[in-house]
Amino acid sequence: MSIHGPALHPGPVEPEKAASRREDAPPPPRPWTMIERGLAAVGLSGKALVIFAPALWLTLFFLVPLAVVLQISFSIKEFGRPPYSDMLSFAEDGTVQMTLHLSNYMRLFQDSLYVSAYFSSIRIALISTLIALLIGYPMAYAIARAPDRWRNILLMLVILPFWTSFLLRVYALSTFMRGNGVINNFLGLFGIPPIQMMQTDFAVYVGIVYTYLPFMILPLYTTLVKLDGALLEASADLGARPWRTFVSITLPLSMPGIIAGSMLVFIPAIGEFVIPSLLGGPGTLMIGRVLWDEFFANTNWPRAAAVAIAMLVVVVVPIMLMQRAQSAVVERR
Amino acid sequence: MRRGWFLPITTALGFGFLYGPILSLVIFSFNENRLVTVWSGFSLKWYGELFRDPQMLSAAWLSLQIAAVSATIALVLGTLCAVALVRFKKFRGRTALAGMSSAPLVMPDVITGLSLLLLFVAMESLLGWPRGRGSLTITIAHATFCLAYVCVVVQSRLVDLDLSLEEAAMDLGATPVRVFFDITLPIIAPALISGWLLAFTLSLDDLVIASFVSGPGSSTLPMVIFSKIRLGVSPDVNALATIIIGVVSLGVIAATLLQMRRPATKQGRG
Repeated sequence: MSIHGPALHPGPVEPEKAASRREDAPPPPRPWTMIERGLAAVGLSGKALVIFAPALWLTLFFLVPLAVVLQISFSIKEFGRPPYSDMLSFAEDGTVQMTLHLSNYMRLFQDSLYVSAYFSSIRIALISTLIALLIGYPMAYAIARAPDRWRNILLMLVILPFWTSFLLRVYALSTFMRGNGVINNFLGLFGIPPIQMMQTDFAVYVGIVYTYLPFMILPLYTTLVKLDGALLEASADLGARPWRTFVSITLPLSMPGIIAGSMLVFIPAIGEFVIPSLLGGPGTLMIGRVLWDEFFANTNWPRAAAVAIAMLVVVVVPIMLMQRAQSAVVERR
Repeated sequence: MRRGWFLPITTALGFGFLYGPILSLVIFSFNENRLVTVWSGFSLKWYGELFRDPQMLSAAWLSLQIAAVSATIALVLGTLCAVALVRFKKFRGRTALAGMSSAPLVMPDVITGLSLLLLFVAMESLLGWPRGRGSLTITIAHATFCLAYVCVVVQSRLVDLDLSLEEAAMDLGATPVRVFFDITLPIIAPALISGWLLAFTLSLDDLVIASFVSGPGSSTLPMVIFSKIRLGVSPDVNALATIIIGVVSLGVIAATLLQMRRPATKQGRG
């Protein structure tokens, strides 16, 4: 409830009070009054500006670029600057001709490289997410159940890698798994011959789990730490074995954390470029890498644009719809 | 709860997995040998090499500048965006703004980078601006995707904010702009700081988007590191990584200590 603001404004001031006020020095202009005057001068209300500024920026640098990608995906590669054909051409009799090339999209379906790259991206992202969940869940559980003074330190240890450079951590992992790396040197002490780990799909799985594990642990921790211990005790008192308690109480109650953590690993993993290109082998197909090569190695901008649009339709839009459905469910509760 | 061996061992292994490669990177940065994985003696020569490498130094300086500017733009626009979404329940295009401000979070870097590059190229041929690509286009690109992260961070703080404080200020006759600067801003300041730091880190860390929208002569630090790593092992990258890890660790440890102390001081006051 609010009391009306204007009613509290000083009304007509009594003469003696006005006199005493006149003696006070005038208040210095404050920044907000200057901002308000400035806004009023150009005929903008604060509210309009608050909405307008980010909306304009995002339209110009997020929405319009996607439209440009869509447009260029319908052109073909040409030599020149920019290296693609014009969509509109002006004939001599003044008519405008619009040319839509569908060849890029045809190629996506015909060349098995693209289709298998999409499938293998989804497969790699799914498997890595599952591994991250299997490793992250017990860790999150242990941190949530740790004594108070340990919990903050353990949480800090989870968060710390996130703030260090992602690229340098992938590099660290690559020196670790190299043919003459730490792991193989260690195995060598026991007379075990070096294992080829780098440039395999295995290395890509390890890389994704390694870099995105903190994203899995944090949401899991937030749901697990809120878990009511009384429920677990009640379950134990009623004779349930620990495993049974876990499956029928802890696991269902931590579902929001499982979903959130899995999304946070799966989403960046699926479009990943750095990890497959530094850790994977030539056979590791991921769609982010295909797009990159199409653009940088083949300089086929229209083909790269078509790959991006297909990626948007196949991967990004379903993820956004899922997230929206999920947040709708959360809000309804 | 039964205390078994399973949880402690998995947790220890998990942390070993997270920190093993980082520790070995740090240790081998002090290695004399060019082979990053064969220890031959303590040496600081890679640090010397790092600070004598003009390409690395100028790239680091460029990255820091871009990160600072784009994080600041992202902070201002992201905060405005969060205020608009949380405070103004109904306005035309609210759904569109909500969608546009959250979509960059799920957008793969390769798509963001490609789309912005194609935009800049199209704008250059239509409007003549931006002329060529370089630090300006990288800054715009980083500000755009960081905006979304700042918006999420500030939004979650604004939702929890007690509205009665702002209402009280309004009732006492303060104008909305004054309420924002005097009441709202100080309360959400922690979220603004973490939002800015997040944006700064993300910008400093980005390889993919910067590679698409940068031009000749404007290589950011991740781009230089990436090309070095691709060519093979280079111990000066280890030295650089050790410096970054050291700085970040100090920052995170300081922040954690502050956070651990804060509830205690509150109790002391109350």
